[in-house]
Amino acid sequence: MEHNIRKVYRHTIPVRLGHWINVVCLLVLVMSGLQIFNAHQALYWGDRSDRDRPILSIRAVKVENGERRGITRAFGHAFDTTGVLGVSGDTTRGFPAWATIPSGKWLAMGRRWHLFFAWLFVVNGLIFGLYAILSRHLWRDLFPKWRDLRGIGRDLWNHLTFRHPTGEEAKHYNVLQKMAYTGVVFGLAPLIVLTGLSMSPTIDAGFPVLLDLFGGRQSARTIHFLACFAFIGFIVIHVTMVATSGLRNNLRSMVTGWFHIAQPGDSHEERPSH
Amino acid sequence: MKSAPRIDRRRFLSGVTQAAGLFALAGCDSLSRNDWFPHLLGRAEGLTQWAQRLLTSRVAMAKEYSEADLSLVFPANGESDPGNPEYQAHAADGFTGWKLEIGGLVQQPATFSLTDLRGMPSRTQITRHDCVEGWSAIAKWTGVPLHAVLGRIQPLPSARYVVFHCADLDEDQIHYYESLDLEDAYHPQTILAYDMNGQTLPIAHGAPLRLRVERQLGYKHAKYVMRIELVSSMEGIGGGRGGYWEDQGYEWYAGI
Repeated sequence: MEHNIRKVYRHTIPVRLGHWINVVCLLVLVMSGLQIFNAHQALYWGDRSDRDRPILSIRAVKVENGERRGITRAFGHAFDTTGVLGVSGDTTRGFPAWATIPSGKWLAMGRRWHLFFAWLFVVNGLIFGLYAILSRHLWRDLFPKWRDLRGIGRDLWNHLTFRHPTGEEAKHYNVLQKMAYTGVVFGLAPLIVLTGLSMSPTIDAGFPVLLDLFGGRQSARTIHFLACFAFIGFIVIHVTMVATSGLRNNLRSMVTGWFHIAQPGDSHEERPSH
Repeated sequence: MKSAPRIDRRRFLSGVTQAAGLFALAGCDSLSRNDWFPHLLGRAEGLTQWAQRLLTSRVAMAKEYSEADLSLVFPANGESDPGNPEYQAHAADGFTGWKLEIGGLVQQPATFSLTDLRGMPSRTQITRHDCVEGWSAIAKWTGVPLHAVLGRIQPLPSARYVVFHCADLDEDQIHYYESLDLEDAYHPQTILAYDMNGQTLPIAHGAPLRLRVERQLGYKHAKYVMRIELVSSMEGIGGGRGGYWEDQGYEWYAGI
């Protein structure tokens, strides 16, 4: 059977612009955030940080032969993480130089990067959120519907076996994409912003409800850190899916807007009616 | 010919990854070291101050905790025993001869002994100290509200900032100092503390007097306060950015 290429205008300009601003923001926010974490390499629950009761800690420990080993402790279990966490590149530091901005220990500069790009991330997110609601992009393309949810088992199996939809089906997000995108935009992103704000003593004074909501300033810091790794997890899966379901086509559609669908029949362009 | 695009893809991916890595490491490091980029990043500080003051009330109070919440160990960051001889002499006689000097743009310059300060109205608050490094500790602080002291010396209308000159010196013999604007200076929880957890303020925590400015990060809470000066601008004081840590690149407005 002869496959012709049908061109579909898949991503509007606000979506594409917002997406690439987010790529830069998240890269900088994660790496500068790890720089800030390195200034105090432990996480706690509650309002205080009692040094003898961390949930997670990354330390450099001198062993018998005088060598330093990086020891990461989480929930009472200790792991030797030398080379990555605790000790890396012959220096004592939490996360390694390749994972932080700037690469050396420099808290003041890490904060500058973090707080500037945090503003960009929030403004970009607010504009995108408003656009998604007002243009009905949220309702039409992102929000999972009842009929989507009924097909979740099949979609899950297709994802796990890297079988990607083709033809007409590829025009729309599948239910797992819808759940992931909606969850990240309207769940994870607000969570990471609010837990970040809960670390601000001024915001805590103005909105003490944040401390109650997250269980204290140190809990908020811990949730902020976990949310960061949830973002990293999302990005890893997202990039894997993008790469395995037609990298060029996916990248082109997020750059120019045009997505190519192989299907029987004449090739033609299709612009959405809205 | 099925394998051709696959190699392209692999090459492309590794190229993108390498480019991103180079951008992130070399690019960000060199950007951090030039003049204009950190300055641009620093513009966020003004936006943060504007937004936080817009969103929170002028008199919004930092959360006050109960005795049960006190930290058993309160870390003493930064200087914990100033070596400067004048300070050491005061410490040796229990700060009995020590006096806080207040001057600059004021109607009545004055000095206050510890006894004078303890005789003024006092405020006790159990609050959370949030260090810029990320940790938090809770302690009980007692001291004289800064607004009560300012009421005595009466700042001139031209005064915009309150500068705290401290006894501690770093290894390069540079004095520690800090500053607040009048909005934070007159906040009810901004106090000059002489007691911590019901006892005389220990040297490690800034004896005889330290600033508490509860809605900002720990480095604003100047220890070893010796002299207070009211000024109209930070120019000519230290590095001109309003504080020792500010001169090292930290934000003057430390609300987050």
